[in-house]
Amino acid sequence: MPNALTGTLIRERRLALGLKQSDVAQAAGLSAPYLNLIEHNRRKVGGVALDRLAMVLGVAAETLAEGAGGALVEEVRAAAAAVAEATPELDRVEDFVGRFPGWAAVVVAQHRRSGQLEHAVAALNDRITHDPHLSASLHEVLSSVSSVRSTAAILAETEEIAPEWRARFLRNLHQDSERLAAGAESLVAYLDGSDALRDQTVAAPQEEMEAWLAARGWQVAEVETPDGATVLQEEVAQLASADARAMAGAFLARAQAEAAALPQARLAELSQDWAQDPALIARAAGVSVLTVMRRMALQPGSRAGLVVCDASGTMLFRKPVEGFALPRFGTACPLWPLFAALGRPMAAMEAVVEMAGRAARRFRALAICEVHLPRGFSGPDLREAGMLLLPLDPGAVVAAPVHRVGTSCRICPRGGCPARREPSILPEVG
Amino acid sequence: MSSQVLLIEDEPNISEAIRFILSRDGCDVTALTDGSAAMDHVRAHRPDLVILDLMLPGISGLDILVALRADPETHNLPVLMLTAKGQGRDREAAERAGVSRFMTKPFSNDDMRAAVRALTAR
Repeated sequence: MPNALTGTLIRERRLALGLKQSDVAQAAGLSAPYLNLIEHNRRKVGGVALDRLAMVLGVAAETLAEGAGGALVEEVRAAAAAVAEATPELDRVEDFVGRFPGWAAVVVAQHRRSGQLEHAVAALNDRITHDPHLSASLHEVLSSVSSVRSTAAILAETEEIAPEWRARFLRNLHQDSERLAAGAESLVAYLDGSDALRDQTVAAPQEEMEAWLAARGWQVAEVETPDGATVLQEEVAQLASADARAMAGAFLARAQAEAAALPQARLAELSQDWAQDPALIARAAGVSVLTVMRRMALQPGSRAGLVVCDASGTMLFRKPVEGFALPRFGTACPLWPLFAALGRPMAAMEAVVEMAGRAARRFRALAICEVHLPRGFSGPDLREAGMLLLPLDPGAVVAAPVHRVGTSCRICPRGGCPARREPSILPEVG
Repeated sequence: MSSQVLLIEDEPNISEAIRFILSRDGCDVTALTDGSAAMDHVRAHRPDLVILDLMLPGISGLDILVALRADPETHNLPVLMLTAKGQGRDREAAERAGVSRFMTKPFSNDDMRAAVRALTAR
């Protein structure tokens, strides 16, 4: 049950974040006078209202509901018990929490973070050691390789071989080479994270947020209505980690603002007028090109993929598209137009790219880098580059030069690549 | 007299290649694709060597090995086990169960011939 200190905690948290009482009240669906009563512990708060306030303030509802009393004390005790070599003054733990609730919260947060990291390490270790999918894929590849090696040696080394045996072994070779290719592709797709099993071992907040978006088909059309936005916020509140909730919350806030600036109906109209050119649509709508790219990629039924990165090349957002694998870990192919755009802010980059691999799918890639000055001339300029990937139909005639790119060097089979920075685990081809 | 070899391998193309290699080397090879009939075959035909894939559908290669070693009539029968890299734990279990020799996939045909000759003492 909420206790009398819940209001105090809400007020302290709001002030620490520098938020106005009226803004928090509005975001949580409350009136400002009512929130004022809550903050001064003149009204008890619980249920949906407390959940909303917790989400707005970026804390767990339980933390607010249980006040600075029992829960925090118990969590500090648990944190102390986890460090065997330390001898904290447990008889004064209530005094510590009462006098320094902020520091107590830091202790608890560190304790939780340690637990999460240990869990993630254990999960990843377990995955590497016992992953049945990985084991099965490797077995499939090794079996095919074994057959190919033995059969090819028979054909190469046996001088006199009956025609029916020769034909049989050639057929076996063909079968096994097909199987080997499929097995290798499956393995690479899995290592790259495009397999549905990845959901079982989601480890990073960004992955958690992207798993949520993938589950909703990479569309958040509901942001266009207040009720829809509430539904989305409720979904975000269900994400497992606080970091993922924070990232998804920020994502939603921007999606909502961009939907307001460029509603779906207006986007559809301008897309027809300007042949889906994000730069021309942006000019007509008075919004940024990256806004248009995000709006285009996140429309219901959109086939477009989208990658957004910062100046370091770290991917901030990844909407996958079939045939263009986006690396789950590590760095991407430096030949992507996305990275060329990073070096030339506000220059429009367009290229037809062909992804390495047997499918060799082609895409029209549109990339641009925008510069933000959050602290004006005295602060750093922050770069954000986006690349919209529009799938081209197989066999489509392409007049422009085709740029051959890969996913990430580690799993890219493209041979003779001038941009390769490390060997591939796959045999190089071409 | 040719050596009698029982090959238990569920991958048909690997099985076909091994049969061809060993037949050319003078062995009489019988191939099974799963282990369910292995013990009956061994008791009925008394092969000189069993080549056993570790990862089989149904009864595993390790189960067959344990059954062979538990039967006084087949206790000393040479068993060549085919394994893949990454099956370290299973290999350790097979060693404890008394496997005669391992061969790791992918193997060379020369190594296969040499192993079979050594195990059948030809």
